[in-house]
Amino acid sequence: MKQWIAFWSILAKDTRSYYLKPPNISWGLIFPLAWTGMFFIRSGAGLDSVTALLPGVVAVSILFGTTSVLAVTVTFEKKGRSFERLLLAPISLELLMLAKTSGAILFGIANAAVPVMIASFLADLSDVRWSVAVPAVALIAIASTFLGLFIAVSVSEVFEAQTFSNFFRFPMIFLCGLFFPIAQLPVFIRPLSYLLPVTYGADLLHGAFGGTMALPLPLDFALLALFCLALFALSLRNVKRRWIT
Amino acid sequence: MTTQQTAIEVEGLSKRFGEVQAVDGLAFAVRQGELLGFLGPNGAGKTTTINMLTGLARPDGGRICLGGIDCSANPKAAQHLIGVVPDESNLYPELTGFANLCFCAALYGMRRTERESRAWELLDKFGLAQAGGRKFGGYSRGMKRKLTIAAGIIHRPAVLFLDEPTTGIDVASARDIRQLLADLHRGGTTIFLTTHYIEEAERLCERIAFIVQGRIVRTATMDELIRPLQDRHGLLLAVGNGGADLVGDLAQSFPAYHVATAGQAQIRVEAREPVPVAPLVRFFEERAVAVLEARQVRPSLEEVFVEVTGLAAEAMRKEKEKAGGGGGGAA
Repeated sequence: MKQWIAFWSILAKDTRSYYLKPPNISWGLIFPLAWTGMFFIRSGAGLDSVTALLPGVVAVSILFGTTSVLAVTVTFEKKGRSFERLLLAPISLELLMLAKTSGAILFGIANAAVPVMIASFLADLSDVRWSVAVPAVALIAIASTFLGLFIAVSVSEVFEAQTFSNFFRFPMIFLCGLFFPIAQLPVFIRPLSYLLPVTYGADLLHGAFGGTMALPLPLDFALLALFCLALFALSLRNVKRRWIT
Repeated sequence: MTTQQTAIEVEGLSKRFGEVQAVDGLAFAVRQGELLGFLGPNGAGKTTTINMLTGLARPDGGRICLGGIDCSANPKAAQHLIGVVPDESNLYPELTGFANLCFCAALYGMRRTERESRAWELLDKFGLAQAGGRKFGGYSRGMKRKLTIAAGIIHRPAVLFLDEPTTGIDVASARDIRQLLADLHRGGTTIFLTTHYIEEAERLCERIAFIVQGRIVRTATMDELIRPLQDRHGLLLAVGNGGADLVGDLAQSFPAYHVATAGQAQIRVEAREPVPVAPLVRFFEERAVAVLEARQVRPSLEEVFVEVTGLAAEAMRKEKEKAGGGGGGAA
């Protein structure tokens, strides 16, 4: 019970202090919307293409929202030594890192909801398979957040976190099949696509929003969940190795 | 041997950073309710030792017991028993003083009503009640230190680790903090204090452990440290212009005395017998130097420190203050 009081307090503090601040809104929402708007205008297909573009904008919103905020806040707190205060608390490292990431996961899910709400005014979403879309969004948010955590605990400075994040994020946009089908990528690049967690999330979102899926649905879910576990375990290992020296 | 009366017990504690042996086989014990001073120059291994005791650093070897709990395998096992005040204030600048304390209390599982009342109690005790609603980032250095100490004791820890609590703050705040520490000690809290202010250690601590290059070179009670000096008598002379240059002549004229400069325009004279003032005043008057003040001084821990560590206490203090950006001093 005491550990959960600590958990909720960390989550509430981070939400107030970080997730609702303007820089996060710009990175998490404006950038992905502008990115998708570019594809929308370039395709020239009109409002009919909104549903087809939705998986892309949803995934990119989550990816940028979660990785931006977490890579900065955790690194910032480590640099300012306030993270030591959390490490000194009688709370397990696993629960502590879950508390630090839960806000980002919720922030990612909220980011995903914005383009979906906007799309609901522009297109008919009655054919969307929400039973797939909702868990897919949640898993993409978790995987992206843990990727952000992995980045945050691998660097020392905030600017390094931002640079390192972009090193992962921008190639992901092109390689994960959100805007360009993986089948159309050069053969030697395709294996790289399957090393990215968002590839499986994008496949699930394509399926949920009426597109065709490259992989079976259970396989996508299983692999995405596996990425979540692996990234979280790697992050914990890095915290123990680098921060508790 | 761990007993119920032992709050901290350390055996063979070691830590190496690359080529540097930061801590080398430390062994000591702190009784429940005791205030132990950990004294040493910069880089002696004080902070590394605190980090290992509190679970922020992994020892390369050795055993740590806190409150009878062996933390060697699991550093988190005794974290509910301890409070930590680091050498730099590390609270959240965007939160108010009150919110910072409530947050720290929540980390130890305290419920809302309990943490809010405890936060106000400590803000009041530390003289910060008026500033409780202001953001921590806007606090003065002294206020930040006080709130950081309040955060360290918000959950009423049995053992409190304080790393250089008065470094870099003004004299008045440093005095307040020492008073608060003395109150905590009287209340039964075990305190492990690292400091480079020898006067602070002398005033607060029951026992002192001297650490140099990662090793404890001496551990003794204040009484044990000072007693050998009791038969020494000292006189501190504040002299006018040119007086300090006469130290050599003074030593030659009074061979039974040990004579040394003690800061700017001050000379310290020591002897086995009480030092009469008149001959010394005459010595300076004959050389047209005024004696502005002459006062008896008692033997201090500073002398023990210099003897034990081989380091000049004044040089250590200046170096630390330069690094810490201020100087609380031991007023």
